[in-house]
Amino acid sequence: MITLALLFAFVCFGLGLLFCLWRITIGPDNADRILALDTMVINVIALLVLYGVWKGTAIYFEASMLVAMVGFVSSVAYCRFILRGDIIE
Amino acid sequence: MPGYAEILVSAFIVLGGLFGLVGSFGLIKLRDTMQRLHGPTKATTLGIGSVLIASMTFFYLIKGHVSFHELLITLFLFLTAPITANFIAKAYITRHIREQDLPATSSDYGWSVYDDPPGKETEEG
Repeated sequence: MITLALLFAFVCFGLGLLFCLWRITIGPDNADRILALDTMVINVIALLVLYGVWKGTAIYFEASMLVAMVGFVSSVAYCRFILRGDIIE
Repeated sequence: MPGYAEILVSAFIVLGGLFGLVGSFGLIKLRDTMQRLHGPTKATTLGIGSVLIASMTFFYLIKGHVSFHELLITLFLFLTAPITANFIAKAYITRHIREQDLPATSSDYGWSVYDDPPGKETEEG
């Protein structure tokens, strides 16, 4: 039963990643692209946590923590570059 | 292995997947950039919260040990998602909305995109 639920959630988040890719491709504005990249990071974190449940190990939490931190820093850096034309002043 | 634990974990996983799908679908469905901010920042964050609850329940009820990593990830994500949304909104405002089109703020200082933060003059002078 958990396996079926996991498969369903994998399909959901995979479709979400495809939607984000579509928004990155057509996005009329840079803000849209940053938003789609940030959503991709969140979807990847969810996929990693679900994969950890699938395998029954706790190894993947460190990976998802790292992905969360790097994703946040990169989103903020991209936004700051648009806002100020510089990342670290 | 009790049956209700599997049902609980599966329900949380399915709920998280649905919320994540709705959030990402809002990204392509909604018309405006400012509208599109709503989908991922709210629905997808809720979805990943549900997935992390499912993971905690799974490791506690089925594997039999408590894991606190999910709490860390939840705390970090729920702290950083509003900050990212605020930054993206500010990036949109600088590009598309002029200063005179914005409504007046109710304080002495203007919008942070166009005005220096309060106290900057006193620090320099």
